[in-house]
Amino acid sequence: MSELLEMTAAQQAELVRAGEVSPAEVFEFWRGRAAGDELGAYLWVADEPPAELGELPPFAAKDLFCVEGVPSSAGSRILEGYRPPYTATSVRNLQAAGAAVLGKTNQDEFAMGSSNENSGYRPVQNPWDRTRVPGGSSGGSAAAVAAGNAPWAIGTDTGGSIRQPASLCGIVGMKPTYGAVSRYGMIAFASSLDQCGPLTRDVTDAALMLRNLQGRDPCDSTSLGIPGEIPLPSAERLDGLRFGVWGLDEEGLEAGVADVVRDTLAKIEELGGAVEPVEMPNAGLGLSAYYVIAPAEASANLARYDGVRYGLRSGNGDLTEMYEQTRHDGFGDEVKRRIMIGTYALSSGYYEAYYGKAQKVRTRIVEDFRAAFEKVDFLVTPTSPTVAFKLGERTADPVAMYLSDYFTVPMPLAGTPAISIPAGLSEGLPVGFQIAGPAFSEAGILDAAYALERAIGFEGVPVAT
Amino acid sequence: MSITEPEARAYEPVIGIEIHVQLSTRTKMFCSCALGFGAEPNTLTCPVCLGHPGTLPVTNAEAVHYALMIAMAFDCEIAARSIFHRKNYFYPDLPKGYQISQYDIPLATGGRLGDVRIHRVHLEEDAAKLVHAGSSGRIHGAETSVVDFNRGGTPLVEIVTEPDLRSPAQAAEFGRLLQATLRRMGVSDVNMEEGSLRVDANVSIRPAGETTLGTKAELKNMNSFRFLERGIAAEIARQEAILREGGTIEQETLHYDPRSDTLSALRSKEEAHDYRYFPEPDLVPIAPTEEMLARARAAMPELPAARAERFESELELPAEMARLLAFRSELGDFFEEALSASGNGDSRALANWTTNELAAKVGDADPASTRLEPGALAQLVEMVGQKQVSASAAKEVLDVLVAEGGEPAAVIEERGLGAADSSELEGIVERAIADNPDAVEKIRAGKGQAIGAIIGAVMRETKGRADGGEVQRLIRERIG
Repeated sequence: MSELLEMTAAQQAELVRAGEVSPAEVFEFWRGRAAGDELGAYLWVADEPPAELGELPPFAAKDLFCVEGVPSSAGSRILEGYRPPYTATSVRNLQAAGAAVLGKTNQDEFAMGSSNENSGYRPVQNPWDRTRVPGGSSGGSAAAVAAGNAPWAIGTDTGGSIRQPASLCGIVGMKPTYGAVSRYGMIAFASSLDQCGPLTRDVTDAALMLRNLQGRDPCDSTSLGIPGEIPLPSAERLDGLRFGVWGLDEEGLEAGVADVVRDTLAKIEELGGAVEPVEMPNAGLGLSAYYVIAPAEASANLARYDGVRYGLRSGNGDLTEMYEQTRHDGFGDEVKRRIMIGTYALSSGYYEAYYGKAQKVRTRIVEDFRAAFEKVDFLVTPTSPTVAFKLGERTADPVAMYLSDYFTVPMPLAGTPAISIPAGLSEGLPVGFQIAGPAFSEAGILDAAYALERAIGFEGVPVAT
Repeated sequence: MSITEPEARAYEPVIGIEIHVQLSTRTKMFCSCALGFGAEPNTLTCPVCLGHPGTLPVTNAEAVHYALMIAMAFDCEIAARSIFHRKNYFYPDLPKGYQISQYDIPLATGGRLGDVRIHRVHLEEDAAKLVHAGSSGRIHGAETSVVDFNRGGTPLVEIVTEPDLRSPAQAAEFGRLLQATLRRMGVSDVNMEEGSLRVDANVSIRPAGETTLGTKAELKNMNSFRFLERGIAAEIARQEAILREGGTIEQETLHYDPRSDTLSALRSKEEAHDYRYFPEPDLVPIAPTEEMLARARAAMPELPAARAERFESELELPAEMARLLAFRSELGDFFEEALSASGNGDSRALANWTTNELAAKVGDADPASTRLEPGALAQLVEMVGQKQVSASAAKEVLDVLVAEGGEPAAVIEERGLGAADSSELEGIVERAIADNPDAVEKIRAGKGQAIGAIIGAVMRETKGRADGGEVQRLIRERIG
């Protein structure tokens, strides 16, 4: 079975279709890999396969996806022991397509973080260098896929939480258009930004997974699905396509990362694409707006965790003391920090100055993308300004940590899709290249990413651990 | 606060009303749980209305439909695109830690009902129900409190009036008109005791002639219009007493206790919440389409105020009777059906029978739910008019018709309740005169009221089948 380790999900599905391996054998192989994970990538691994298995290999789900009867804590102690009475629509969609839940992956608590060090349980190690972070917040999903401990995984992206860990772990990660995939059953961080997407070995797997994830869901009134088919990508050339470059001159961008991005731009041109700089005058304000809007929404989304109906309950029985002690014990520092920031930003007398202003910035960023996509087909940037950093390196400096999402934050603010593909190595660590497009341009993004992926020929998956 | 005191007249009450109406939709505002007052606690719940992690609200289209109808009833301007907000406050009856409500862009604004301007109409979800065990029934002094989430998420429409009301009685009268209007539309049970209609009042007073508003107090928990009236009256008296002693009114929320007829503070301004409203990102705006508006318009019945006016002008019913028939629309419906069955006969007599005898017999029930057919009522009233049956016998017939149904003529025949014919009646009158010589004496001596004894004797003899007027005429003929 070990040949499965070398295969993409699509290839494994083909093997099952051909009858060369049974779905149960595939499941068992990956269950074994997941159970043997030493990176801290999993918070829960399935004991046995479900009664019905289809041809798609099993997937790892970020812990914040609710799965009926399965521990789903969003990486937080406050939801320790919570087993939801229902299953997220995205998970159900994959199950309906014949893929089983392999396990629940570690993450930054409530998806708040860029290194997975904010997990309420344990940090995750980067399979490329176990002294380094895998990125976050979908760090467990990215590390599991990169290490060959999951064939593929789902995560969520609020400010970069799929693309940045995919970049740091050398895999493909895609944030679809807001509304492409149902949010029902995704434990919310920032509702206007959160979006579910794939973390996969290659671009074809991302397309295969997205095709099954997406769809309008009557349980999520903000969901629309993606109009039209998501074909498996097949483009070999980029002729006639215009790529606008943003961010190569940004302060804080590592030289090694910039080099890989420049090499990738050259490959775009070799494939017939046109590369030109593009102005994103307000995108640099994205982080500031994000760190008002996301905490504001989170401050309301997290108000329900009080120890009464589910999850952790601390205290001595007095109601107020129970509330306080439960939150004291259950929430980590970053979560508490963001609840306080968000509560403050929404307070009477401060609302306009913070939340109101952040929304105005958001509108301007939407305008930036609109203007850019009048001139170019795709916007390309580094995914992360740096390669994977050392565990503990940025934990004392939240702002340095926040800067990890500089290039990924504008897209969720605009609701537009983007993919990160591994484009090369710097200091022996993977560098991600980001391709963003207009709303619902997933098929086009996947095609461009596919052509580029073949030209780059990135090797390095999986890294055996 | 007696109005005879000159000081009391120096102040003018200014009253605005806030009404919360639980809509009688099939399901809750944002999930598919059934609504059910009085169901076993915590049986009508799901992950959504319990605020489980990851769940999302979805707006109930029927609730929007009902809310549009309500907005149309007040002739409000309906927003092309209204949005939901999160109203953040932490309380055990609110499992998400926020209530989904509407804030700065409500469903509808600027309407009118009767003489009162409507400020706004918006949609929101109800909180769960807290039950406080202990003698007070309130949270203070309760031994334990438990939560019933069945009510949580029930669709609510909040209606806010402008401060156009000037007396407790006017406020209660407005409340009754509103209740009748909502009931007529079938959008709510509008039962104040069960809480499907909840009325709060904002009360302030100001020196007569002033145009600026005084500091208001918010009155809650008045679960009948009588209590609303009494609560407002008590609050006006309280504020007047404070002002007359040179004090100032504090902005506060007061809880009315009908048992003691007193007001006590719920929370004062110092504890006022900062609700940190922000647009609900989980929901899309309500943007009523032409189809939605047309459907709401088509569902609008004739509303009580217009109906009362029609009864008055077209059927020439007295105002009070017209109002009663219009405000209790089930009575009005029965009346109109009976009227039409009678071939538009004597509307006044029919209205009289409907609002007096029939209303008394059925109490709060819908006459259509009894065995009585509208046509049977019409026939009975017609027979009374034609003196085929006496009024008092007809009441007995009505009892039978309500309980058992059937045709009035058959009931009269079967029970021998038909009006005595004139030769029979003449004989009975003559016997009654002969049997009551004292009364005859008195009548002849000018004591006209003594005729009652003779009439009574005739009625006893005829078991009420005789027409009182006819009997009186026959007696006078004979005594002269």
